[in-house]
Amino acid sequence: MAELTYRDAIARGIAQEMARDDRVVLIGEDVAGSGGVFKTTVGLLDQFGPKRVIDTPISEQAILGAVMGAAMTGLRPVAEIMFSDFFAVCWDLVVNQMAKTRYMTNGQVALPLVVKSGNGGGLRFGAQHSQAIENWAMAVPGLKVVTPSTPEDVIGLMAAAVRDDDPVLFFEAKGLYPTKGEVPAGEIVDTLGTAKVRRAGTDATVLALGLMVPRAMQAADHLAGQGISVEVIDVRSLVPLDTATILGSVAKTGRLFTVEENPRLLGWGAEIVSIVAEESFWDLDAPIERITTPHIPLPSADSLEDLVLPSADSIAQTVEKALQA
Amino acid sequence: MDDLQAVAVPETGVLLEMYRRMLRIRRFDERAVDRHGKGEIPGPMHTSIGQEATAVGACLAVNEDDYMTGTHRSHGHPIAKGVGLDALMAELMGKGSGVCGGKGGSMHLADFSVGSLGESGIVASAMPVAVGAALSAQIRGSGQVVICFFGDGAVNEGAFHESLNLAAVWHLPVIFVCENNGYGITTPVDAASAVPVVADRAAAYAMPGVRLDGQDVLAVYGSVREAAERARRGEGPSLIEAMTYRFREHSEMGSNFSFGPYRSDEEIAEWLERDPLVLFRTAVLEAGLIPAVELDEIETEVDAEAAAAVKFARRSDFPPPEQAYVGLYLDERREPASLELDYA
Repeated sequence: MAELTYRDAIARGIAQEMARDDRVVLIGEDVAGSGGVFKTTVGLLDQFGPKRVIDTPISEQAILGAVMGAAMTGLRPVAEIMFSDFFAVCWDLVVNQMAKTRYMTNGQVALPLVVKSGNGGGLRFGAQHSQAIENWAMAVPGLKVVTPSTPEDVIGLMAAAVRDDDPVLFFEAKGLYPTKGEVPAGEIVDTLGTAKVRRAGTDATVLALGLMVPRAMQAADHLAGQGISVEVIDVRSLVPLDTATILGSVAKTGRLFTVEENPRLLGWGAEIVSIVAEESFWDLDAPIERITTPHIPLPSADSLEDLVLPSADSIAQTVEKALQA
Repeated sequence: MDDLQAVAVPETGVLLEMYRRMLRIRRFDERAVDRHGKGEIPGPMHTSIGQEATAVGACLAVNEDDYMTGTHRSHGHPIAKGVGLDALMAELMGKGSGVCGGKGGSMHLADFSVGSLGESGIVASAMPVAVGAALSAQIRGSGQVVICFFGDGAVNEGAFHESLNLAAVWHLPVIFVCENNGYGITTPVDAASAVPVVADRAAAYAMPGVRLDGQDVLAVYGSVREAAERARRGEGPSLIEAMTYRFREHSEMGSNFSFGPYRSDEEIAEWLERDPLVLFRTAVLEAGLIPAVELDEIETEVDAEAAAAVKFARRSDFPPPEQAYVGLYLDERREPASLELDYA
């Protein structure tokens, strides 16, 4: 085991796959020489050369078209969209092209591609560089959507995404880039569509994703001190969604809370809450509660950003209040 | 096509194939219009009638394993690349035997077996994908080229700019073929583009640009061949603007709908005089390159092919209901009546 940062784990995951399969190439803005603006692709140019690690112009539609065309013709490309907010200028390629081409052509073609992207808030980047948009992607049939929260998961899920034959949007929690975690030596390959129980508990189930996972864990630590046993589930993959793990936990605890970075309306938790309401209503002992960012753009002032994003404190308070009611 | 002696004329086999494929497009679309009017083809439909020479000239100038991307007006492109008519007509009629199993429709007649990478109903949206296929060809060293078809309406989309720039800056083997039919639905090019000559835009991307007569299959063929050779030599993309005209409306919308009087009768009449099939037939006969009887034989054969395609499509079954639920992911994690069905 060695300690690795989340950002270094991204480069290691990509390197693991590029070393294994020479059809894997990486393209994006400033990903080669500079190792990425978030330093998530450091060393890849040196290791794999300019034919496989390629800097692009600032042309997000062209970047996504490039990986899509390449994926249909024999490569297994990885693209970087620097900030996930930029998906708004190339969403056509994601929604109308990547997500639909396989279905629309009756399965004539596979689209083995990954689009990685820095997602979410916490870095004081303001409203246009801080959005958590994984819920946009979840709403489009034909995409797979993952967000790891630990360095080990970053490597394993990146490997799973690269090896998958469908288009995968790989959301990196920007706020977690400097965080560290233990990572085993050797090849790591995870499975898409699986959630992880980060902490077992009996009184309440808390679902979290990406940046919200460590905050939920912190809240659970605090609540343990109050005698409340919280089960924290790292959802990890929105599509496919591990409903078995989620519904199983709700059956055990009878209480459900979601912790979402998305603005409130139609955040990913809303869909999961709807599934739980339909499938597991009689397992619930009390109403479900969603802990979300309010329905506003993220302000850049550190005091305001901290105020509106769900925090360990706000999660703990919400759960505690609900369970004591 | 007046001075046929002046251009490099391809061998007779290619000439015959040009005529055959142009005729296939014409007869296919004529029958599609007829069936659409009878209510047998659902949804909108954009025909290629009048624009056959551009599609055929371009596709015959490259190899079968070269790639192609299309547009919303793309009945002609797969036919030009060599796809048979049966599965295309069945697709229009929404039948399970359609080239896309009935799930693509008129705007998505994609047959990957002839190098089609799909046809996008979103204007300019397939252009970045064409560039990606060219990047792949370059990385793999396969020697393949990509024909990227688009209309005059696409040139004011951002994707046009991003695609031409990236292809040029990376010297990718793309042939950008603009089918300039003069109108984006009803808006004339002059009202839409500050620089109305699309070929002039090539200068902005440091690539060769040429405007030519899109009704002249030999002109298109010659120009695309040259661009393909250039691309295969690693010298990068080219932009070819083929001036053409759609003989019918933007789309088949039924007799109750009108796009309004946006084209003058005189203009339409002038262009109908420039029917690419008639121009070709006249030119090769006058030059004595092909006897009339051979062209007549092709006409008889293609008429029969188109009739057979309609018969095939009409006799085919609609897709089985379960067809709606498969083909989204390659990794089918779907079990009916379980959560997997709804949540993948």
